[in-house]
Amino acid sequence: MFKIVDKEFFSENVVRLSIEAPRIAKARRAGHFVIVKIGEKGERFPLTIAGADREKGTITLVVQKVGVSSRKLAALEVGEYITDLVGPLGQATHIENKGTILACGGGVGVAPLLPIVEAYKKAGNRVITVIAARSKDLIILEDQIKQFSDELIVMTDDGSYGKKGLVTEGMEEAIAREKIDEAMIIGPAVMMKFAALTTKKYNIPTLASLNTIMVDGTGMCGACRITVGGKTKFVCVDGPEFDAHQVDFDEMLLRLNGYKDLEKKADSDYLKSSEEKGR
Amino acid sequence: MENRDSYLKSERAQEWREKLRKSKNNKERTLQERVKMPEADPQLRIQSYVEVNSGLSAEQAQKEASRCIDCPNPTCITGCPVEINIPKFIKRIEEGEFLEAAKVLKETSSLPAVCGRVCPQEKQCEANCFYTQKLKKEPVAIGYLERFAADYERESGKISVPEIQEKNGIKVACIGSGPAGLTFAGEMAKKGYDVTVFEALHEIGGVLKYGIPEFRLPNEIVDVEIEGLKKMGVKFETNFIVGKTAPIEDLKEEGFKAFFAGSGAGLPRFMNIPGENYIGILSSNEYLTRINLMHAADKNTDTPVVSGKNVVVVGGGNTAMDSVRTAKRLGADRAIIVYRRSMEEMPARVEEIEHAKEEGVEFMTLSNPIEYFANEKGQVNKVKIQKMELGEPDASGRRRPVPVEGAEEIIDVDTVVVAVGVSPNPIVPDSLPELEVTSWGTIKVEEDTLQSSIPEMYAGGDIVRGGATVILAMGDGRKAAQSMDVYLKNK
Ligand SMILES: Cc1cc2nc3c(=O)[nH]c(=O)nc-3n(C[C@H](O)[C@H](O)[C@H](O)COP(=O)(O)OP(=O)(O)OC[C@H]3O[C@@H](n4cnc5c(N)ncnc54)[C@H](O)[C@@H]3O)c2cc1C
Ligand code: FES
Repeated sequence: MFKIVDKEFFSENVVRLSIEAPRIAKARRAGHFVIVKIGEKGERFPLTIAGADREKGTITLVVQKVGVSSRKLAALEVGEYITDLVGPLGQATHIENKGTILACGGGVGVAPLLPIVEAYKKAGNRVITVIAARSKDLIILEDQIKQFSDELIVMTDDGSYGKKGLVTEGMEEAIAREKIDEAMIIGPAVMMKFAALTTKKYNIPTLASLNTIMVDGTGMCGACRITVGGKTKFVCVDGPEFDAHQVDFDEMLLRLNGYKDLEKKADSDYLKSSEEKGR
Repeated sequence: MENRDSYLKSERAQEWREKLRKSKNNKERTLQERVKMPEADPQLRIQSYVEVNSGLSAEQAQKEASRCIDCPNPTCITGCPVEINIPKFIKRIEEGEFLEAAKVLKETSSLPAVCGRVCPQEKQCEANCFYTQKLKKEPVAIGYLERFAADYERESGKISVPEIQEKNGIKVACIGSGPAGLTFAGEMAKKGYDVTVFEALHEIGGVLKYGIPEFRLPNEIVDVEIEGLKKMGVKFETNFIVGKTAPIEDLKEEGFKAFFAGSGAGLPRFMNIPGENYIGILSSNEYLTRINLMHAADKNTDTPVVSGKNVVVVGGGNTAMDSVRTAKRLGADRAIIVYRRSMEEMPARVEEIEHAKEEGVEFMTLSNPIEYFANEKGQVNKVKIQKMELGEPDASGRRRPVPVEGAEEIIDVDTVVVAVGVSPNPIVPDSLPELEVTSWGTIKVEEDTLQSSIPEMYAGGDIVRGGATVILAMGDGRKAAQSMDVYLKNK
């Protein structure tokens, strides 16, 4: 059992949790993730470790409510416990001073982007960050990201905030202006697909951090498999970061949809039952 | 060996055994038919996860035990990887001393209720039984009797608590909680060590929990064993991946003096054929984990499982049988085993193959999938199957399957479960560069001691053998405990 020691809402749907997990706090590096399970009947799902405090022995998770499990997690209060938490998992981001980094986050991808942006900045890079969402209310973590970015470009599809347009338009803007040494993209699969095509045009080495379906997170099941450069890879152990220009995003898109209907139904059932409980 | 022989002889010479032998003549014994295991009805059982074999009654067990003629040279024992004193426990059953029978089992086996259910007896003890070898009759049902004695003891509530030597305060760590790890932990606790078992998953038990389904091995049976270990003072830390959550170095600093890696062969293999990443194609590990570990079939859990009406399971081992029978229970109309060799070569336990047939599973042997097709959503809908024939024997001595030119078939599917084998879990070796591994990725150990290239690290079970069996894993756990004890005492 892992105790929640601090909780802060960034917005109605995005929450930061600090959790007592001294071993993970000590072992983790940027890019690592954990698998979380809430309650006896909960599912196992991955979350990027957003930060850690070794002294206090805590890790931070930034959670956006998108489905049953993230809602359950966001509903936990300080003093309550996460049933199961295991990590750190995956390969850490290879962070060094590359020069200028273009960091791009779409929708839910902004939460896992935060620790990476922070690490790049601390390694001495110039960091230009583009965050994008459908509309203003879906832009998250703007202030936190800004703290570690030399420049922040905000894009919304409907123009309700920042500039109107897709993430790729924000990227083009930066690329047109200055030399980019490396790009990092995190977000929905479609967004990553087009962001990768954009950087490919300009031959910018690009990493994508992938958020596939996972069960164990330790290489035991293959639920997270994708094709990279024609070879099958397990995101949980070989990733989560891969050369974005080699990833078969079309296949990943299809695979992500495999459980969509069931997940949507579970989510609406959960919302209904928690409304009934008056939560 | 000589010691063992004379031990067995003196045991056999004991008065109670002689008396029992004389109570019935061998003719009478051998004329009896082998007992039939009572089973749940196939049509009913596929609608639930109830255990298929319901176990022998005391009367049935005693009668079956009386078939055993208590051979002077009990060949059955040579077939048992941990050399259980088989005639002795069987004769205790015949006598009606069921708790004594269970004690005999526990002299050499830590998990008799598990092994009685999942060991491939037909290839081990029962293959070497006098009935099989000399009489060409059905062997004594050693597996059923083992299960009977172990279940009797558990259900009686009179589980014998093993004697524990005085605590010596020496901390040892066990990596993984499958049969190898659990056995190791029990043996070391008995010797007085302070044992902590680290398990990566949120549940204790390894394959016994996440792999083998409830209808073959109820979780409750494994839980009783775990409770027993806890009573003996063994500590368990779940959600702890040794090599990731903390490196071995940290554990050493915390005072652990020696380690046993029983981390298993949990990595699924795929076939690398076109279309294998379509939706609806999953590894048996994923399929079984969703059902057994995450209880996805229970509507109150959050983990989903997608299982279709036409399910193909690729492979012929226990994992394949477990998957295909799970598919039936999840509502498949057609559940088909596709296996590249013939029925005879199938590595699964014979009983599981029989049960699968009773449950309506179809078998396509000498068949191998070579390509998958999908609809526009990427959902698999067809599989192309290459017909095979058996050619020259390969290195393993089994005849190698070779494709029959031009003989292909396409069948409709909506779920495919790939159960073509597993690879060793690389986490422990990856975290210890100085640990020697084979080209297969298994940990290299000294055969007699199970000590690895790092003196304080021992290993056993599937991480050393590749996908093997529960009984071998258990035997390794025991052996490693014995040699680690010697190592630590001489240090
Ligand atoms: C579906 C299925 C059916 C089977 N049926 C049979 C059968 O009928 N009869 C039979 O004899 N055998 C059967 N087997 C094989 C048998 O289960 C295995 O041979 C046996 O479980 C191996 O035991 P083990 O202790 O070596 O490893 P496992 O049971 O695999 O346990 C290893 C454990 O270690 C954990 N672990 C791994 N790495 C770490 C780490 N770094 N830190 C902490 N924990 C770690 C894993 O999570 C796992 O729980 C079957 C296997 C499967 C998959
Ligand atoms: S999540 Fe199971 S192998 Fe990656």
